[in-house]
Amino acid sequence: MKTQWQLFVAFLRIGLLGFGGGPSMIPLVRAEAVARYAWMNDDEFGDVLAIGNTLPGPIATKMAGYIGYRVGGVFGCINAIVAVVLPCVLAMVALLGLFTRYRDQRWIQGMSEGVIPVVMVMMAQLTWDFFAKSRVALGWLVTLIMGVIAGGLIYWLDIHPGLVIGAILIAALLRPSRDRTSSKTPDALEEGKQ
Amino acid sequence: MIYWEIFLAFFIPNIVGYGGGPAIIPLVENEVVGRYGWMTSQQFAETLALGNTLPSPIATKMAGYIGYEVGGIGGGVIATFATVAPSLLLMLIALGTLYRYRDSIKVKSMSQWVRPVIMVLMAYLTWSFFDEGVESAGLIHVLIIGAAATLMLWKLKLHPVWAVAMGLGYGALLLG
Repeated sequence: MKTQWQLFVAFLRIGLLGFGGGPSMIPLVRAEAVARYAWMNDDEFGDVLAIGNTLPGPIATKMAGYIGYRVGGVFGCINAIVAVVLPCVLAMVALLGLFTRYRDQRWIQGMSEGVIPVVMVMMAQLTWDFFAKSRVALGWLVTLIMGVIAGGLIYWLDIHPGLVIGAILIAALLRPSRDRTSSKTPDALEEGKQ
Repeated sequence: MIYWEIFLAFFIPNIVGYGGGPAIIPLVENEVVGRYGWMTSQQFAETLALGNTLPSPIATKMAGYIGYEVGGIGGGVIATFATVAPSLLLMLIALGTLYRYRDSIKVKSMSQWVRPVIMVLMAYLTWSFFDEGVESAGLIHVLIIGAAATLMLWKLKLHPVWAVAMGLGYGALLLG
């Protein structure tokens, strides 16, 4: 019971202090799981993080769920995820609910219009981040060619992006694993950046 | 039926969304706005903007909120479950195997090769927000707010909450 409470408090703190999304929460998770409660040591934490990064989906909830499961079983897993997710979902529902309720006010409508260009810039920033990371790993030419082909398939031929990505994932799994040495350097470089 | 659609709308982006939470945003937009039409592009932009002012991962916040809007509390739970569970279960079940292959070129290629696709989806979403903004607020205002947000986020490296506050304030005073 004490363990479950500790799990809850630890991941509640991580969720509430984790401004800036998943990756910015990793040091907070380390501070709780390694430094404060010693549920694992630094090496184990590094391994869990490395494995989490080989899988799709948000990293913070993978970490929460895995650590929760290790420390407190299935209940611990659910407990940690609820603690990290729920408070901010509730805050979101309250905030956007308020926004929607007064939507017919002119100035609220203005706010809603004024925020779109900000989101546009955020999205442009993310686009650039993904381009920059991809350039380090694949080179800018390959990145752009792959991007143009993917864009053509998705927006011109109307193929679902999930299918396009699924095909790429299968291609990556089927690739020969021999040319390890030739792509070692960009991999190492990229890892240093992340 | 609606629960099954909610599950799919969040399950698919999260099993193909290599690159963490942000990678999932354009994929979720594709389902929620494009395929199922649960939200307009403008509502999605608002959700994203306000979501960025709050802590905790963006993918689960979006899932929980959109799921709740579409299908009540059950919808919120299902959307969050579809976001969190697939990769977490894989991690719990196949930890040893994954650990052995974590440095494998194949596993690395998976996340590296997906990035250009995510990049294009994000670029498209950027464009559609531009389009949406021009339609509702007009080109001049989009350029002014966009320039101010660029300055705050890229040059001054301020937290997104300030850029969102600027956009909301500008809109309330000058677009209302």
